[in-house]
Amino acid sequence: MKIMVAVKRVIDYAVKIRVKPDKSGVETANVKMSMNPFCEIALEEALRLREAGHASEVLVVSMGGAQCSDTLRTALAMGADRAIHVSTSHSLFPLTVAKLLQALATSEKPNILLLGKQAIDDDANQAGQMVAGLLQWPQGTFASKVQMDKEAVGSVTVEREVDGGLETVKLQLPAVITTDLRLNQPRYATLPNIMKAKKKTITQITPEQLGVQITSDLEILEVFEPPKRKAGVIVASVDELLDKLKNEAHVI
Amino acid sequence: MWRRSKHACLRATQFAKLLFSPHLADSSYLHISTGLHLPVLLSADVQSTCNAGESTGIRIVCGVYMNWKRPLNQQFWKHWQRGLATSPGATKVFRDPRFAKLEESDMQHFQEIVGDKGVIVDSSELEVANTDWMNKYHGQSQLLLRPQTTQQVAEILKFCNSRCLAVVPQGGNTGLVGGSVPVFDEIILNLGAMKSILSFDEVSGILVCEAGCILENLDTFVGTKGFTMPLDLGAKGSCQIGGNVSTNAGGLRLLRYGSLHGNVLGLEVVLANGTVVDMLGTLRKDNTGYDLKQLFIGGEGTLGVVTKVSILTPPKLASTNVAFLACEDYESCQNALKEAKKQLGEILSAFEFIDRPALDMALCHLEGTRDPLPSKHNFYLLVETTGSNEAHDKEKLDAFLEAGMELGYFVDGTVAQDSTQAGSFWEIREGISEALVKAGAVYKYDLSVPIKSFYRIVEDLRAQLGNAAVVVAYGHLGDGNVHLNVSAPKYDEQLLAKIEPFVYEWTAACKGSVSAEHGLGFMKPHALHYSKSEEAIHLMEGFKKLLDPKGILNPYKVLPACAATSTCFVSV
Repeated sequence: MKIMVAVKRVIDYAVKIRVKPDKSGVETANVKMSMNPFCEIALEEALRLREAGHASEVLVVSMGGAQCSDTLRTALAMGADRAIHVSTSHSLFPLTVAKLLQALATSEKPNILLLGKQAIDDDANQAGQMVAGLLQWPQGTFASKVQMDKEAVGSVTVEREVDGGLETVKLQLPAVITTDLRLNQPRYATLPNIMKAKKKTITQITPEQLGVQITSDLEILEVFEPPKRKAGVIVASVDELLDKLKNEAHVI
Repeated sequence: MWRRSKHACLRATQFAKLLFSPHLADSSYLHISTGLHLPVLLSADVQSTCNAGESTGIRIVCGVYMNWKRPLNQQFWKHWQRGLATSPGATKVFRDPRFAKLEESDMQHFQEIVGDKGVIVDSSELEVANTDWMNKYHGQSQLLLRPQTTQQVAEILKFCNSRCLAVVPQGGNTGLVGGSVPVFDEIILNLGAMKSILSFDEVSGILVCEAGCILENLDTFVGTKGFTMPLDLGAKGSCQIGGNVSTNAGGLRLLRYGSLHGNVLGLEVVLANGTVVDMLGTLRKDNTGYDLKQLFIGGEGTLGVVTKVSILTPPKLASTNVAFLACEDYESCQNALKEAKKQLGEILSAFEFIDRPALDMALCHLEGTRDPLPSKHNFYLLVETTGSNEAHDKEKLDAFLEAGMELGYFVDGTVAQDSTQAGSFWEIREGISEALVKAGAVYKYDLSVPIKSFYRIVEDLRAQLGNAAVVVAYGHLGDGNVHLNVSAPKYDEQLLAKIEPFVYEWTAACKGSVSAEHGLGFMKPHALHYSKSEEAIHLMEGFKKLLDPKGILNPYKVLPACAATSTCFVSV
């Protein structure tokens, strides 16, 4: 069984981001980038499934400019078997990503497509759901537990974190699963694996070769910081509080 | 009863002085305490030949003279205990009777200087201020002062000097040798309220701030301007820059940015008599006269109170990489250090060492930590690079890692893939101290030894102690500074006797330092002679007498002469 994992290169989680002066986006030059944390969790889950014997190959995929290869090398160092880099300089929105993943899934034919539930730069939370729709595959999103039974071949049980609590769904393979924070703790890439990863293959492919036309169906108009939170005021008495609520905040 | 015992005590002192005069150096003192055990405290050189366990002979002599068969008065015993300072490992010290006791009129005077907010007598706050970070040393101060300006500090010290009231300058109270807490009832002068940043030059990176600024806050502030503080230590969330300067704190990045002696450009200090000395230069180069600030850097608050600091901050470079490597034996660690200096060169910013017991301690007592590597090894290295070009640095790091693996220096390792992973490696290294405190009692030694001998002292001490305690070692391998810690369920004099002076003698034998970065504080004045000559110590005492003739600043600490007070009776 083959598992395909899609990973995204984003600004590192700990970096304090700044908005570009022209408000067209966030400053990414000279800023530390790394793999999206949810994608790391997805990759870790794929590796665990392979180690448990449920899969034989873990294939990792990323899309974007030349620097994606860094992220793919990290993925290979963690233990993925091979990598595909969809090379493009266009900015990619969720629907385009979903179409590219659909094309890849059609050619690679994985049994499970694992993604992080959302990327920490756009917080879109759409690619997984869209690609499941395009492929007409069942989906288990916000997974906090993924179980495969050796007896129940051809299906996977996913426990999902929803607003009301936990929901367990059983999906017929092939299926799309998006991962949430509590699913697992990703492993560290050890040195021997980092050395081995240098020799593993990263296949380059273009959107044209996949037969997908990149259209910008969304346009970013403006990016700005939220207004700075104003300092609170300590009031001396209840009367003063009432006065402020009535006359300044106009809430009573 | 009281008068008679005092008389007997004085006679005993005279007798003992006669007996031991050939052994006593000029500046040493002899104390005899009354009490059931009658220990005899001698000067440091005699002590080394006759430690606690072997003083029986002397005890008997004094006992006969003291007529100690007479049962001791209960009240006398209580008074005696109150006048005694006991801390694990330290010789028993008596409260110096030259220091005055706090009176109501003094309190009123302080209230006039710092206002109501600046005078703290609340018992719970005092308890916190009286206890050191390791919960090992407990003072008995009744008053905590929090001045807000240098002028207030000057007035406080002038008054204390005139009244002969002892003072302990205090910052974040994170010191590890009991230097920041009172021994008896010294007034605590806490500078935490003086926390303004005065100026920052964005071209040169020179920061001027007050002594009470917390290191982490300063780092965040200069970080927004693209700079970083030149020192970094585990206590950064609580320690204050005044304390860092007064103790010449080292830390994790000394390897890259050098010590505070080089990075501090100027200081404003207040002397014991209230004189404000403004040496707050912001010049990189200034060769006009003697460089006085160097005395106060590392002076541990015994020569003056630091109130303002001017420090040079290096630019904050964008690309950091952290690798956590495992080695089988200590020789490989040394080879890895050599290789790192060769291959990583100018981008190397930290090279830390952790042995297996230390890692186990951290993983056991710190929440949320996990072993970065899948299998257990004997030694671990934490290597950090900081540079301006990510691709360039990664290339260098890769070359170093490949070379190290091929030559067999490390058997396993991992490179942090994002800042969360890097943070988790540092959390382990920085948290070992905290983990040791949580594990129980800890005897902490901070030694500078030649890198070749770095681990031999650990092995020798382990052989010496056997199963009595766990010996862990970690430290700044890049600087040759090992933090040797002995963890035991509780503080035990017998265990201490096996550790000291063994550790100090071992260090002295290879001409090392008995306190690489922690300072002397209350814990180590008696060990100073292991690393400094008699002449040097005499010169230090000269400076102390010059700058603080009444000895009110941080008494009982740092210099051996100050640690041994000349009294043998109890003050009530």
